[in-house]
Amino acid sequence: MDQAIVQIRELSKLYRHGDIEVVALNSISLDIGRGEFVALMGPSGSGKSTLLHIIAGIDRPTSGRCVVEGTDVSELGETALAAWRKQHVGFVFQTFNLIPVLTAFENVELPLLLTGLSGRERRDHVEAALELVGLADRMKHLPRQLSGGQEQRVAIARALVTDPTLLVADEPTGNLDAHSAAEVLGLLQTLNSAAGKTVVMVTHDPKAAAHAKRMVHLEKGELLNGGGS
Amino acid sequence: MAIPLKYNLRNLRVRWRSTIATALGIALTVAVFVMVMALARGLKATYVNTGDARNLLVMRKGSTAESSSQIERSKVLRFKYHDEIARNERGDPVASPEIIVLIQLDRIDGGNANVLVRGIGPIGLELRPNVKLVEGRLFQPGLAECIVSRKIAARFAHCRVGETFRAGKRTWRVAGIFDATKTTYESEIWTDADEVREAFSRSFYGSVLLRPTDEAAGAALIKRLEVNKDLFVRVLPESEYYKEQTKNAGPIQFMGGFLAIIMSIGAAFAAMNTMYAAVGARTREIGTLRVLGFRRRDIYLSFLLESVLLALVGGGLGCLASLPINGLATGTMSWTTFSEVAFEFRITGELLLKGMTFAVVMGVLGGLLPARVAAQKPVLDALRSV
Ligand SMILES: Nc1ncnc2c1ncn2[C@@H]1O[C@H](COP(=O)(O)OP(=O)(O)O)[C@@H](O)[C@H]1O
Ligand SMILES: [Mg+2]
Repeated sequence: MDQAIVQIRELSKLYRHGDIEVVALNSISLDIGRGEFVALMGPSGSGKSTLLHIIAGIDRPTSGRCVVEGTDVSELGETALAAWRKQHVGFVFQTFNLIPVLTAFENVELPLLLTGLSGRERRDHVEAALELVGLADRMKHLPRQLSGGQEQRVAIARALVTDPTLLVADEPTGNLDAHSAAEVLGLLQTLNSAAGKTVVMVTHDPKAAAHAKRMVHLEKGELLNGGGS
Repeated sequence: MAIPLKYNLRNLRVRWRSTIATALGIALTVAVFVMVMALARGLKATYVNTGDARNLLVMRKGSTAESSSQIERSKVLRFKYHDEIARNERGDPVASPEIIVLIQLDRIDGGNANVLVRGIGPIGLELRPNVKLVEGRLFQPGLAECIVSRKIAARFAHCRVGETFRAGKRTWRVAGIFDATKTTYESEIWTDADEVREAFSRSFYGSVLLRPTDEAAGAALIKRLEVNKDLFVRVLPESEYYKEQTKNAGPIQFMGGFLAIIMSIGAAFAAMNTMYAAVGARTREIGTLRVLGFRRRDIYLSFLLESVLLALVGGGLGCLASLPINGLATGTMSWTTFSEVAFEFRITGELLLKGMTFAVVMGVLGGLLPARVAAQKPVLDALRSV
């Protein structure tokens, strides 16, 4: 394995509801190497999303460390975290989460608005990203004019347009039919093998997980086999 | 760069029903505001137009209006021939002792109203070159004749040339009609001052309007008359006097402003409601934007701006709705003479800008809290919402 891009050490996450404590993650340690394609698997409620959110810098651990590309994400303040996110992570949601009133092009352009790129440069990047996901001909379409599979591919284009090293996806095929799911998984695979993106994908579907190079199983907030595949 | 404006504009368009409903509330408020201010401005402009800076008005000391001023005939004679006062080609001093009385006349469309009758000296018209006879001829002193303004002729019965009406002890015949557009004279009837005094049993004049030979003479005359304790008069440029009278617009302005503020509170609450609904409906979008790297501040600004855009739509509609009244003639009660003053609504670019600013204020007030709520949503909660 190359140098680890994600280093997780004794990471725990507790949720407290009055007197009741829910342990979402229990002292997890895990390394993810550069260029890996990891499938995070496990039954519902096992803590997959929680772990993914912490890696992506949109949630904080209760204890332990999560170092991504040399930055301890758990130590960043909110504004720094937002800045860090836009640079290092592309996030793909189960529900696509495209902005309904913006076209495919404008949706993909959104993260670039936070960079110093000129309009011309942004256009080039957006077109390249949409080309990569095979939707160059749908740039002017609104989300509701696209199929679910196409929406998710636009969302993937949006996640990778800033050229992040880490692509994280939470059940990216959960809302898709088998055909579209296969397309999206194939795309993630290509991005991983051809473009060298590190991909962390949460899924509970073994067929989806089969596209990954490595599988990590979670159960009740703990890693099975200590994170080995 | 922040969240693009088109995001807000398109959201406003997508929920066009609520956008229009809210914008109409703001539009109504802005329209009322602009109209009332246009009314006040029109009224003020009419007063300001009336006064001629070259003329001086002499009133009794302590008087703030012609209608409450009294000057004895003998006192007039004591300063009428002062050297500072200009003379006309016949060698008469350009000074017009005047008196104002209120009479009631029947309106053409039923009911009656107070009308101001101004008794003027023979020189009275020379002092007011803007007033022009447009029909008939000037009244002849001693024959109970009068001239009426175009507006009075149009609105009151028995006021056309040749017709007669009763007022005081006399029956007055209309000899002519004059045009005094955009001045308060447009709401008056003029006749001879001494006949008015006789018909209405007044031993005094009300005021004297005069023209000094030049500005310096005017200043000297003011001093000369005002230091004379015996005369007991106040002398000021006619333009100053009418500028003072613009306070007549005060009550309208106050009531209009009050109404606009009450309405704006309602409109701002409506905008707030709409924006709360928008924030609620777009919670997951907010979460997504945050994950993409937009900060709380960006979200806050975006929703605040959306509220302002909404208000601008309303403001624009309100301004458009108010435009047709520009130049429209109307009348109001003057609080100093208790007669009707005719004037025109006056909408200026500056007033429209004020209307738009007013709309923006409503938009900001309506948007502040919803935008705050939007910005403070925790990212994960926002993402989970459906
Ligand atoms: N905001 C929260 N408050 C309380 N409990 C939570 C919260 N988020 C997640 N949990 C709990 O943490 C555990 C892990 O959740 P999650 O990571 O979403 O699981 P998965 O994605 O594997 O289905 C679950 O038991 C869930 O109920
Ligand atoms: Mg989950």
